[in-house]
Amino acid sequence: MKIQTLVWREIFERKNQLATSFLAILLGVSVIVAMKNITFYSEKAVAYQLDALGANILILPKSASLQDYYGADMQNGEFPEEYVTRLTTSDLQGLDNLSPKFSVPVEAAGRRFILTGILPKNEFQAKAAWQGVGIFSRPEGCGVAVDVPGAAAAPAKEMLVRKRVIQTLGTNEVMLGADMAAALKLTEGSTVPLLGRTFTVTAILPQTGTVDDSRAFAHLHTVQQLAGKGAVLNAIEIVGCCNQISKGLVQKINQLLPDAKVATITQIVDTQIKTNRMMGRLSLLFLTIIVLVGGASIANYMFANVFERRREIGTLMALGAGSPVVLRMFLLKALWLGLAGGVGGYVLGTAMAVILGPRVAGVPVLPMLTTLFWAVGVAVLVCMAATYLPARRAARLDPSAALQEI
Amino acid sequence: MIALQSVSKHFQHRGKPVAALANVTLEIAKGDFVAIIGPSGSGKSTFLHLLGGMLSPTEGKVRIGSDSLYDLTSDERSALRKKKIGFVFQTFNLVPYLTALENVQVPLVLAGLGEDEQKRRAESLLGRLGLSDRLDHKPRELSVGQQQRVALARMLANDPALILADEPTGNLDPETAEGIMDFLGELNGEGRTIVMVTHDLRLAGRAKRALRLVNGAIQPNGHAQSLAPNPASS
Repeated sequence: MKIQTLVWREIFERKNQLATSFLAILLGVSVIVAMKNITFYSEKAVAYQLDALGANILILPKSASLQDYYGADMQNGEFPEEYVTRLTTSDLQGLDNLSPKFSVPVEAAGRRFILTGILPKNEFQAKAAWQGVGIFSRPEGCGVAVDVPGAAAAPAKEMLVRKRVIQTLGTNEVMLGADMAAALKLTEGSTVPLLGRTFTVTAILPQTGTVDDSRAFAHLHTVQQLAGKGAVLNAIEIVGCCNQISKGLVQKINQLLPDAKVATITQIVDTQIKTNRMMGRLSLLFLTIIVLVGGASIANYMFANVFERRREIGTLMALGAGSPVVLRMFLLKALWLGLAGGVGGYVLGTAMAVILGPRVAGVPVLPMLTTLFWAVGVAVLVCMAATYLPARRAARLDPSAALQEI
Repeated sequence: MIALQSVSKHFQHRGKPVAALANVTLEIAKGDFVAIIGPSGSGKSTFLHLLGGMLSPTEGKVRIGSDSLYDLTSDERSALRKKKIGFVFQTFNLVPYLTALENVQVPLVLAGLGEDEQKRRAESLLGRLGLSDRLDHKPRELSVGQQQRVALARMLANDPALILADEPTGNLDPETAEGIMDFLGELNGEGRTIVMVTHDLRLAGRAKRALRLVNGAIQPNGHAQSLAPNPASS
């Protein structure tokens, strides 16, 4: 037999008395686990929506207005391409994808379209000044490019639409927006004359519902050359990490590029920040409740348990048990209560999150192992802290008084 | 040898001092069997707890062998009890949720013995007390006599040199009480010192000597046998 055996036997002997405390810790932990689990996937879903939306930061000439986010680059005004170098060589955190653009109006078959020059990803990697900065080598997913259960990865062809980035693009190649291709009756492989040069259509982009559907995308330097404007841009699209945006990424870019205008889809970012803050506050509220209600319930039970067992404690002391042994007995009991409450709370909370998540938050939720450690940690900590004073009282019990008064 | 030197114990009861023990000086030799008699509330249990290192005196010193009991820390006194002192209680004080075997194992757990050794010694002691067939019974499944025998086995687990018995037969029928007294006599015969508190004069007569506790002071009664009532007159 071990001291542990004594603890176990006592727990099972008086399990009904322990039930209320166990229930308090179980329910408290399960609610927190459910909230954390749903919040995690809810944040992921918001991030995924932002990711699907594409770039969320625009760098424009100082004179540009922001009435149309997607058409903001179609205004007069330019800035040097060197701004890209400033961004890539800076120590700014949270720049997931960078897409410098130069747009000019073009006519084809009697209709007006936009020819937008973009820089393919392979040229970023080839530039010595931009190499090693890690814009593209950095793992994606700091709140933007994320995996969401049930959401399939985007096909490579859609990368331009979603992330404003394309891997390769030849000097005479062009990709057409859905409306432009339909209007000109062009398919992949056909040719189209733009600004006096014949381009081969390499891809027809999916419908986006934005001004991009009426765009043709060609190599940045080809467009710059055809427009005769030199190394200039009229927009840089950035997929910024939402967390970093909330930490002032926009202001930092503004400081780096004081002659440019930096804009962001603030409403969406604000919504996420507000949601995160609300969830954070709610989690804190429930944590406070579990600490107060659960802790008070456990402390109350433990004080009653010490009182009820004072003859037993007195007897153990008469048999030679010192204060540390008695203290250990009660803290071990608290440990088991915390472990059981934590694991039980994790199972119940995860089940609640998986079942209720899609209905309450509209997101699919999967079990998260990290919340198990969190749940057990909180439950054990609350149980041990609530038990310490009653356990100390038991350890300091006067054995003579305990044996005589009953 | 146990020695009490000018030991007094005062309590406060509703703001008034109550003397449970008053300037007691006493020596109990190794192997002695002493009965402490006196009416209820005379401080017999207080005396016993004081000897067991569980209740510090207001004044005076209590020595067990070379150790001045109350110059030791609380945990050192616990360690001393574990090694040298065995307690027997009137209400047995068995742990209700443990079996007979496990109850006897408790002092052995506290002494840090391995599980096999605990079990072997506990089975042997319960066998000695005729409870080999009750090892897995919980206290509520045993008669009061059997419960006291489990308590005796538990008291013997660590082979104590000093046995402190607080009304060990107080809850037992005369026949069972006789059996327990026979067993205590047997233990005394093995060289163990026994101090027994009782208010049963007949049982006190089974001790080697009896001491009467009156108003917190010990009064010697001489040979305990003289306390035993004359069978012819009863």
